[in-house]
Amino acid sequence: MTSVLPTTSVYEGSRIPERVPTILDVDPTKHDPEDILTVNFGPNHPSTHGVLRLVVDLDGEQVAGIRAVIGYLHTGFEKTMESKSWWKSITYPARIDYLSFQSMELEYVLAIEKLLGLEVPRRATWARMALAELNRIHSHLVWLGTSALEIGAISLFWYAFDDRDAILDLFELAGGTRFHTRYVQVGGLAEDLPPGFTEEARRFCEQMPRSVDECEALLDRQVIWLERTKGIGLLSAEDAIALGQSGPMLRASGVDWDLRKRMPYLFYDAVEFDVPVYPEGDVYARYKVHMDEMRESVRIIRQCLDRLDETEGEPWIADDRKVVLPPRHELHTSMESLIHHFKIVTEGYTVPEGEVYVAIESPRGEAGCYLVSNGGPRPWRVKFRPPSLAALQATATVVQGCLVADLVAVAASLDPVMGDVDR
Amino acid sequence: MAYEGVPGLVERKEAFDEITLVVDPARIVEACTYLRDEEGFNCLVDIAAADYLGWGEPGVAGYLGTAEGRDLNRPGSQGHARVPDPKPKRFSVSYHLLRISKDPARVRVQVWLDDGEEVDSVIRVWPSADWFEREAWDMMGIPFRGHPNLVRLLMPEDWEGHPLRKDYPLGGEPVRFSEEEA
Repeated sequence: MTSVLPTTSVYEGSRIPERVPTILDVDPTKHDPEDILTVNFGPNHPSTHGVLRLVVDLDGEQVAGIRAVIGYLHTGFEKTMESKSWWKSITYPARIDYLSFQSMELEYVLAIEKLLGLEVPRRATWARMALAELNRIHSHLVWLGTSALEIGAISLFWYAFDDRDAILDLFELAGGTRFHTRYVQVGGLAEDLPPGFTEEARRFCEQMPRSVDECEALLDRQVIWLERTKGIGLLSAEDAIALGQSGPMLRASGVDWDLRKRMPYLFYDAVEFDVPVYPEGDVYARYKVHMDEMRESVRIIRQCLDRLDETEGEPWIADDRKVVLPPRHELHTSMESLIHHFKIVTEGYTVPEGEVYVAIESPRGEAGCYLVSNGGPRPWRVKFRPPSLAALQATATVVQGCLVADLVAVAASLDPVMGDVDR
Repeated sequence: MAYEGVPGLVERKEAFDEITLVVDPARIVEACTYLRDEEGFNCLVDIAAADYLGWGEPGVAGYLGTAEGRDLNRPGSQGHARVPDPKPKRFSVSYHLLRISKDPARVRVQVWLDDGEEVDSVIRVWPSADWFEREAWDMMGIPFRGHPNLVRLLMPEDWEGHPLRKDYPLGGEPVRFSEEEA
């Protein structure tokens, strides 16, 4: 068994705190307890990406101890979903990780489809891939804009949000809404992609790599940005895996791991793309991974659009009347269709008994969904594996040796979405 | 058969292309250490607890069929087509493991517990178990023996009850001032 790990390590040994892996205790041999000042960083703080509270023990400017407190955005999505039919509960995952809504919907729908054993038409799969990759760029752009803003690069925020708007326009074109589109349905898509979507998307693919280059040029030649990100927030490959990291966190620590490549789902084994890996394990490496991933996503989208043009006119949703709503026009002429429509909307379809775990590579890493069905019309148990929660578990490891000003850059580089952390 | 050397293995199930290893809760740390060191499962991606209280019992307005299936000709036949298979105990805790290597694999390790029954913490096997176990304690009330900091993760520290249990009501939070006005 050969390794996907890098050959050299960022630091010797492990930096995961001994007593509790997520709490960095003040070391009395290094810091005088008299000098320690404990500060609450959040939950309401402009630079914590939502309601994250960090309890920081400071020795002067130095971070001596840290403890992350979460739960301020806990809304009980998983509990609510247990009381909704399968059909209705698809709206919830998108609100959990609200920046990668398409991925979350996709992950939940894939889990239901796995239980149902449903075949999805290829046109729907290509469209799902294109949307998931657009969503990845969207999420990375928000990350880039806000992270740079927090370190003082204000103008980049507007560049990033300009491109993000172009993506939201595409979502609006496809699903009718800009956010939380609920466009992915069990069996395929809610509607066929509208005429002109691929042309618009191609125009976006032309312009996007230029925008990435532009943003990168703005940051890579800026001394402040480089000094504040390079060598900060170190995480070695071994520690990253032990702490359950995934996605850009792993790849920035030199682990060549991407679910799209290693355990392909949808048609990811049929497209060409590279997985960016940077071995430095610092904030700068995480930034580079995000930038390269946006370029790779554009490459994937282009290939998806070609396939979407080829499959023009093909079905976009499975033809299974027990699960999929019948076409609207049939309701006026067909008794059977009317019955199916009524049953699906009122009682909901039933899903075979069993338990599955489906994981996809969301913008933040491995987004998993553990589903238990008792054979009824509602999920018995839904449990999401949040990549952001895993990323925040690494806080106590990555802030070691940081100054208080670095905290902002380091916390941002973990890319936590608090909706995903707290659910 | 793969994974037959796992210590404390009770049952090996395969469904939906996923392998589930049901393990004796008393030997969970042993089993996990074996899977990490011998089988190369270097990453614990998630711990998911589930409550099976009322599993297979008829709902308030629903109809539940027989174990063989339901009689479709019976008037008012709707809801579950068959009674789901019984579960050994009330709670299941599923550890989702991932092998991050050139030869990737997933496996689910599962233990079954009664209300209040303790299970050993796997935090010394994978540090990522820290918050996952705290969440399972907070939401489902699974006590993990040997966890150094088993406090609530998402709910406030003084919260009563475990919200994701099946006997915890939906919207069961008392409204402030309602008693004072009465």
